Amino acid sequence: MDAVTSKISVGEKPDGHEGPGFFATRLDKVIGLARKNSIWPLPFATSCCGIEFMATMGAHYDLARFGSERLSFSPRQADLLMVMGTIAKKMGPVLRQVYEQMAEPRWVLSVGACASSGGIFDTYSVLQGIDRIIPVDVYVPGCPPRPEQIIDGVMKIQYLVENESLRRRDSQEYKAMLNKYGIE
Amino acid sequence: MEAAAQEKLVSVINEKFEDAIIEARMDKDFFTLIIKKEKIVDIIAHLYHHTATQFQYLTTLFAVHYPDQSQIAMVYQLHNLRTNQRIRLKIFLPADNPTTPTLTTVFSAANWMEREAYDFFGVIFQGHPNLKRILNVEDMLIFPMRKEYPLEDQTREDKNDLMFGR
Repeated sequence: MDAVTSKISVGEKPDGHEGPGFFATRLDKVIGLARKNSIWPLPFATSCCGIEFMATMGAHYDLARFGSERLSFSPRQADLLMVMGTIAKKMGPVLRQVYEQMAEPRWVLSVGACASSGGIFDTYSVLQGIDRIIPVDVYVPGCPPRPEQIIDGVMKIQYLVENESLRRRDSQEYKAMLNKYGIE
Repeated sequence: MEAAAQEKLVSVINEKFEDAIIEARMDKDFFTLIIKKEKIVDIIAHLYHHTATQFQYLTTLFAVHYPDQSQIAMVYQLHNLRTNQRIRLKIFLPADNPTTPTLTTVFSAANWMEREAYDFFGVIFQGHPNLKRILNVEDMLIFPMRKEYPLEDQTREDKNDLMFGR
């Protein structure tokens, strides 16, 4: 039994007071810990970065280790929008609508050169980075990035999720940021 | 296509549309006719119905921009499925006003192809039932495959000539 349990690492406990039968800590720490390890991603995969994402979800790289095995194909229940691949200008309004349909709190991970900047497609038909239409939390470079890089991006998102103030989404700064994109 | 079949084809057009053919030539292995622009739809309809030709399948239809001649060519490729013969018909339109009658009266398949030619080259097809953009965003202001418009997205400021060869 000891041999098995020693291989499993348990998430770190936040600072707090512990005694027989109780553990007291800050509420936002507990919520951050819970959210961080249960992120439901919505994959918005349009090209080769999406193939790398499939490898990321597969048994070898296994994003389930980070609590993200449950892909949400409905934006209503998704926490994290993962945009992977070239977004044509005609796709822009679709992506924006998907983002608008997600409930707060929501995060966006831009995977690959195309989603982040247009990549090699410096052309009239391609959106030169999704941050022109929706706010982005983490950018993953690469063309396409390796699954390790995508996992690194998800871990950066996890860091943001864990440490975000519970009041951030109500703040004036956040609303002003969304208004800059013409959302709400 | 053999020489005899080419001559036959040319005579079929000439019997009804005299002097319509400007040039007949082989482009690689593809028999190509350059036609006066006025009668193009009538000629294609004639080739469709005539028992000696029966070009009843529209393979493709597209535009080409020749900026140094200030012309836009419309190219029609037809296929006779019975004899497996193919021809290409080409007309030249002025680039400042590329207007030609629609081919949808003969081939319904021309509908989306003509919308594509309009979308990328701005060719106006008179009588087309639904002439609007098909592939690009609807609020696009330019016809992107014309040479006077740059390929690159013009809203970018961080990609300069020095680093990106613009």
